Amino acid sequence: MKDMTPETDTLEVRIWRGRDEGRFETYEVPARENQTVLDVVSEVQRHHEPALAYRFACRVGVCGSCAMTVNGKPRWTCRTHVQKVVDGGALTIEPLRNMPRIKDLATDMTDFFDKWHRAGGRFEGTRTRHDPIQPVDPESRARKNANAGIECINCAVCYAACDVVAWDDDYVGPAALNRAWTLLNDEKHGDQRGTLDAATAAGGCGSCHTQGSCMKHCPVGISPTRSIAGIKRMSLMDFLNMRGK
Amino acid sequence: MSDASVSRPRNAARNHRSYAAFIGHRLSGVALAVFLPLHFLALGLALEGRAALDGFLAYAENPLVKFAEWGLVILLGLHLCFGIRLLVVELLPWRGDDDDRAGLIGWGLALAILVGVVFLWGVI
Repeated sequence: MKDMTPETDTLEVRIWRGRDEGRFETYEVPARENQTVLDVVSEVQRHHEPALAYRFACRVGVCGSCAMTVNGKPRWTCRTHVQKVVDGGALTIEPLRNMPRIKDLATDMTDFFDKWHRAGGRFEGTRTRHDPIQPVDPESRARKNANAGIECINCAVCYAACDVVAWDDDYVGPAALNRAWTLLNDEKHGDQRGTLDAATAAGGCGSCHTQGSCMKHCPVGISPTRSIAGIKRMSLMDFLNMRGK
Repeated sequence: MSDASVSRPRNAARNHRSYAAFIGHRLSGVALAVFLPLHFLALGLALEGRAALDGFLAYAENPLVKFAEWGLVILLGLHLCFGIRLLVVELLPWRGDDDDRAGLIGWGLALAILVGVVFLWGVI
């Protein structure tokens, strides 16, 4: 196992305790061959620090609730194997950046989700249950664009990785804009104009500096950078009255 | 065990080429913006008569000023190339989900260095 010799079969785990003011506490936990970062945090909570606050639910990379900063990078901890990220036999675990801290490893994600609405992320249907289902061509370019971004698990890893979010409170962030891009490519969405206006308003896609950290760190392989570039392109074509239907 | 000696790790989310290109583009842009008033000053001197401009051009032959010019030429090349990459990323179709044209960063850097070499060649 990389960075873990057979003689030292323990991991040194440093975990942030407290809120904005706090300190790192160091724990020793057994190093196992098959172990995720979330396993390590759970082990600490169950055997060393019952009051440790952290968030998780599904443990299989679906719910998006367990993301934390591990050795300086935002990661989904339930699908991050310790042996892939351990550095010199040690793990340093902090809450995600760019969100208010509640306690220990738990952050307040209210702003993160509010910004989805600000970016025009609310789906507006055009039909009722009594209407026939609207056919969508899965091979159309728009549908392929939507499919590329639609598996987002709302984990906020991209939001924590983005420096523009850190610098500009008004910026809605990569996840919200990725959501807007999927709606702009969804022919069932009834408020394309509203979504485009919201996604291009102040704090929208124009605030993105194409640093690419969102794309590099998305655990499910989505590229918000690509989605945001798509919105920028679409807004330009819209401005020139050249936007295709 | 509380350990005050453990410092917060550096933000490692920035450790990739696209972020380095962002920093290069931004810093070169700021440096060029700082230079721009001097550039306009030189142009303005041309309107004030031959003597004023000649005096400035003689000052510009100073090795330190030449060195600064060399740096500016490289920064201009860098800013141009990284700016073109951004336009390509934002205006042209993507070839894959993670294709933010990172290859253009290396080419842009190489071109900026080449421009610097050509400038040196002309000066020396």
